[in-house]
Amino acid sequence: MSNVIEIENLTKEFDGLVAVDHVTLNVKAGEVFGFLGPNGAGKTTITKMLCTILNPTSGSVKVCGYDVTRGRDSIRECIGIVFQDSCIDKFLTGRENLDFHGRIYHMGRKTRGERIAEVLNLMELKGKEDIKVSDLSGGMQRRFEVARGFMNHPEVLFLDEPTLGLDIQTRRNLWNHIRTLNEQEGITIILTTHYIEEADYLCHRVAIIDQGKIAVVDTPGKLKEVVGINLISLELASEGSDDLVGLLRGLDWIKEIEWRNSSLELNVEGGEERVLQLVELANEHGFVITAIDLRQPSLEDAFLHYTGREIREDEGSVKGLWKTRMAGRRK
Amino acid sequence: MEAIRVTKFIDPLPIYTMWLRQIKRFLRVKSRVASSILMPFLFLAFLGLPLSFIPGLKIGGMNYLDFLAPGIVGMTLLFSSTMSGVSVIWDKEFGFLKEVLVAPVNRFSIILGRSLGGMTIALVQALIIVAIAMAMGVKISGISGFFLSIVFMILTCATFTGLGLIIATKLSNTEGFMSIMNLVIMPIFFLSGAFFPLQAMPAGIRYIMYINPLMYGVDGLRGALVGGAAFPLWLDFAVLLVLSITLAGLGAYFFSKMEAD
Repeated sequence: MSNVIEIENLTKEFDGLVAVDHVTLNVKAGEVFGFLGPNGAGKTTITKMLCTILNPTSGSVKVCGYDVTRGRDSIRECIGIVFQDSCIDKFLTGRENLDFHGRIYHMGRKTRGERIAEVLNLMELKGKEDIKVSDLSGGMQRRFEVARGFMNHPEVLFLDEPTLGLDIQTRRNLWNHIRTLNEQEGITIILTTHYIEEADYLCHRVAIIDQGKIAVVDTPGKLKEVVGINLISLELASEGSDDLVGLLRGLDWIKEIEWRNSSLELNVEGGEERVLQLVELANEHGFVITAIDLRQPSLEDAFLHYTGREIREDEGSVKGLWKTRMAGRRK
Repeated sequence: MEAIRVTKFIDPLPIYTMWLRQIKRFLRVKSRVASSILMPFLFLAFLGLPLSFIPGLKIGGMNYLDFLAPGIVGMTLLFSSTMSGVSVIWDKEFGFLKEVLVAPVNRFSIILGRSLGGMTIALVQALIIVAIAMAMGVKISGISGFFLSIVFMILTCATFTGLGLIIATKLSNTEGFMSIMNLVIMPIFFLSGAFFPLQAMPAGIRYIMYINPLMYGVDGLRGALVGGAAFPLWLDFAVLLVLSITLAGLGAYFFSKMEAD
């Protein structure tokens, strides 16, 4: 498969602050590619540079074969963008928004009409197109924005935090639409998100990004595999659990042992039989296990593995989120 | 994909789209349509009309309502056009414009279409005010004067849309928006000669009024609609023509240099 996007040593500095630090990666045609990272990691900055909104400080970026600094207009013809902040005209109806978008992209009346029917169909928005956008639910407004984004047959569609602020059901619904879009229209999709589930569910490949640097790029499956084949967390009742750790280190199917808060996290080879073995082992040596849990590693574990911190550390603080967004606006 | 002529300076379809969008948006918000007419109406009904009832009160050699009416038409144009220009900043941050700025379309075409939309609205509002004034008893000097006044309206619109755009592109955020109203628009309005004749003012005030673009608009409108202009109409026309081209051109230039985000 050919590369739709080629990024080499891309760097962006804002007044000496490095927002994007020597990023190198390629995106293949037809892929759903995700940038996963906490707020302020540099995802949006990268996207903006790919969309020709921001100029890179250094490094080279090619989108659809054109250089971002020299081929700006050519790139703009072959991409679609759905911004993080909603920018649909709320005083107009969905159809008018789509229609205006088509005109701006020089689509003729007939082409526009046909294409609007197509995108409405694909995003399951039929029957909603003549309602004023401000009267629609947040999820539906977002779907109209996505519909508008791919209306002009872009080769690449950028979705910047597409489900930010939506509830989980609406989010899942939008994911399915994005997936359909990728499969039916064959559009390459570049997604930025700080939702682990979103990256896991949608992306063919994920770039884990933290503090402007790409930690790793791989499929969600591979990323998870690297973390460990399975994860067992153990909680012990008594003291002296260090002795148990020593004991566990002797077992060759335990790949990694780590204390997290009061529980012991083990990366193990094998499945449920290991739980049993651990319980037996503990019994033999007089340790009491109060809780034991076996689970498949998630992309969140992968994130932790590669960056050394949890993606959710920054989340939860609404103030922090607001600050990041405001800072982004002023640029 | 259809052929796209990116570099085209004047691009009819986007121009038309931006124009249409401005009109549709305006018409959709009913309260805005009403309120845009309300203020000029109040001035005419509660300032012009009552003062015209006072026996013997002649301003600029005419009944006060006749004198005021062109000024209020000028006010309508001033408010509407400046706001249309300044509101680019709003549009850029929360709306449609943000998306349009990353489309493969020449910026000049975008701002031209948008400005023409705003100007059309301002012009329609001004014509409604003319109609209201006539209903109150203002006598228009003739049909040729009426058409001449439309020329002055268009020039006034272009001038202040340009000014609004310049302000918008130099403002970094939406917070300063309301102070613009007080700091820029109100002095321009009060010193435009809408309320009092320039000829009767002391030299100091006159000189300030000379540099006010709206003064030439109001004077031209007055000359065209009811007579009694301070300057010859060709002078008003020439000054406004230069001002409108300069300000609208500068506004469009700044807009095209504006960052998309």
